[in-house]
Amino acid sequence: MDLNDTPEQAEYRARVRSWLEEHRDEAPVLGGRHRIADQEEAVAAHRAWQRKLAEAGFVGVAWPKEYGGQELGPLEQVIVNQEINRAGVPGILDAIGVGMLAPTIIAHGTEEQKQRYLAPMLHADEVWCQLFSEPAAGSDLAGIQSRARREPDGSWRLSGQKVWTTNAQIASFGLLLARTDPDVPKHKGLTVFIVPMDAEGVTVRGLRQITGEAEFNEVFFDDVHLASDAPVGAVDGGWKTALTTLMFERLTIGGGSEGMGYRADRFAQAIASDEAAAADPDVRQRLGEVSTDLLALRFMGYRLLTAIQRGQIPGPEAGLGKVTAVNAAIRAGDLVGDVLGPEALADGEWSYLISFLPGLKSAGGTEEILRNTVGERVLGLPPEPRLDKGIPFSELRAKERDYTGTVAATAGAAGATR
Amino acid sequence: MNFELSDEQRLLQEAARDALSRRPTVAAARDALDGGERLDLWDTAREAGWPGLLVGEEHGGAGLGALDAMLVAAECGRVLASASLLGHVPATALLDATDDGQGERLEHLAEGEARAAFVPARPPSHLDPEWTVEAQRGHRRRPAPRLDAAGRLSGTVWWVPDAPGADLLVVAALDDEGSPAVVVVEDGAHIEPVTRYDATRSLGHVQLDGAAGERLDAGEDRLRSAWYLAQGLIAAESLGAVEAALEMSVSYAKERFTFGRPIGSYQAVKHALVEVLRLAENARALVYYAGWARQDAPAEFALAASAARVAAGKALDFASRELISVHGGIGATWEHDAPLYFRRAQLSRRLLGGDAGAADRVAEELLEAAGQAA
Repeated sequence: MDLNDTPEQAEYRARVRSWLEEHRDEAPVLGGRHRIADQEEAVAAHRAWQRKLAEAGFVGVAWPKEYGGQELGPLEQVIVNQEINRAGVPGILDAIGVGMLAPTIIAHGTEEQKQRYLAPMLHADEVWCQLFSEPAAGSDLAGIQSRARREPDGSWRLSGQKVWTTNAQIASFGLLLARTDPDVPKHKGLTVFIVPMDAEGVTVRGLRQITGEAEFNEVFFDDVHLASDAPVGAVDGGWKTALTTLMFERLTIGGGSEGMGYRADRFAQAIASDEAAAADPDVRQRLGEVSTDLLALRFMGYRLLTAIQRGQIPGPEAGLGKVTAVNAAIRAGDLVGDVLGPEALADGEWSYLISFLPGLKSAGGTEEILRNTVGERVLGLPPEPRLDKGIPFSELRAKERDYTGTVAATAGAAGATR
Repeated sequence: MNFELSDEQRLLQEAARDALSRRPTVAAARDALDGGERLDLWDTAREAGWPGLLVGEEHGGAGLGALDAMLVAAECGRVLASASLLGHVPATALLDATDDGQGERLEHLAEGEARAAFVPARPPSHLDPEWTVEAQRGHRRRPAPRLDAAGRLSGTVWWVPDAPGADLLVVAALDDEGSPAVVVVEDGAHIEPVTRYDATRSLGHVQLDGAAGERLDAGEDRLRSAWYLAQGLIAAESLGAVEAALEMSVSYAKERFTFGRPIGSYQAVKHALVEVLRLAENARALVYYAGWARQDAPAEFALAASAARVAAGKALDFASRELISVHGGIGATWEHDAPLYFRRAQLSRRLLGGDAGAADRVAEELLEAAGQAA
């Protein structure tokens, strides 16, 4: 075992570090008390910062050279992220586009699409958003209802609603999953599209959360016209395209808990500053247990990086790290809150952390769906019987209504016998 | 970046699993509860070269690292094997770390001709500023044994792993000035063998009424490191037991049917088993961390080994209960293997300062570091 860089990696790290040291002052302050208060100004500054990072070669590190990338390995991208964290400067504005959507376009898009979209994304001239989840389809993503119909001239008409969309309010484009054939089983009639966010019929509405901030949006599509070259990958083959995005999402989230700031030393620091708490056996016990989980994450992350470096693709078990991270951070937030008392809930670091975590539990898939996936794909446990298998999407609604009726009737009968 | 086992480590692991598979360890665990003799696997350990794992090659050992010993301990834990490594390995590591002519003694120990046991003391902390040992019962720990100016030891240490039958004891003691001392005792200690609940563990109450001791030239850091090595080894044993419990649970959940389908298809069962996997993977990462830290980041070893102990203890506690639950009533019967893993969990979590003591140490290390940073 060796946690050190190879000589090449060390050299690369040194290069990233010295660039960041030199340009640290140009980075915008986006968090904390001194952050840029005006939203538009903050976004503009963040855009400019991504452009600088891109020009230095630190964005899209693993992308092919012909689209502006460096064609380095995923580990070099990790080194860049680590150094950005270490320097205490913001990362890029469009992590979703660069980290998840661009790799999808690179894998499934046409040459024209790659030439047109990738370079402006890299430089944050055009920000992207991911339009997958819907109010009635999250964990069961293939159940989406947004509908795209083909016109006689080959162009498309899109109607529907998406939700939990980060950056929709500033995005130029979105990568959207829509149903193009409802008369086949639900995974089969889907297509991925590139949608210009300024098209007529697109409405973006901010979605405020427990924290009081609107980090997500709802996006409505009312008969939006899309050109015939809007699909990415095969028409009706969108599930395969979407899986690529989800795989890169896992890669982005996995091992990222330290990057999210859920580090054992941060919580220990808060407790250490309160002498009575630091000497309280119960507080110490809780701190010790929660820190154990947070430490485990760091070293699971190292195992994940080792696998990535060896060219392996992380399996679904990597998602368990998110379960550990979120739940440990929740317990740690509760602990610090208990030590500080009601003052912990005043606007600021701890109140934000406490409010942010309940929603994060479901980000990138709920814990329950993740446990199903890991149970079936890693432990090899049998799946639950499904009511939607092999049934055309257009008939599913009726089947769901039948099911609800049966359940109600059964409950009624049980009530009657009592 | 390489945070995975090497090919050699995988071979060591496989060889250990293979060697242990030839002995009926789990059945023997039940027999021993029924009054049979404990299946002592020292001969297996000797054939495999485990007694010398942490002894330098110049003294006939394998000269390997803590992680290697922990991998072997995990394999032992997986099948509830009793190979005396928890007592022997930290003792030999301490002897190997001294410069003063332990060569011949080490060669015997590395060969397995003689067996050593570490008589541990817990290093001081903010809440408990003394070196302490386990008490016979209750919450208050006892002071570590004393070494007088004439080289005689006095004091009692309860619940010492692998003490019965050991040819020599390596005792964590305090000298007449209160400084930590490493003392070797060959004769004169009175050891009362005890078994509690998990008959695979050989424990002893060690009474040192003026036993003659030989003080070694080993500093306080070494003594601390030996305590944490024991924490890391017990963590590894627990991790191995969790792996076995998970495998048994999963295979039963696939073959037992209710309401026309395997119970493993129900979320209630599936999610609980994934929880075992999650706890196991957390523990594995920390066991690796501890094994790595002892050589490569000694300042972090206390934190790493304590965290590994907390994670693995929690994992085994949950996994052994889940093993019983998944099997239903049969899982709680004497004939079934599940209770043997449950017994292992129940005793392990209370030995060597306990899982709770390890959690306090994790907090201690982080709070200390935070205080220094502030």
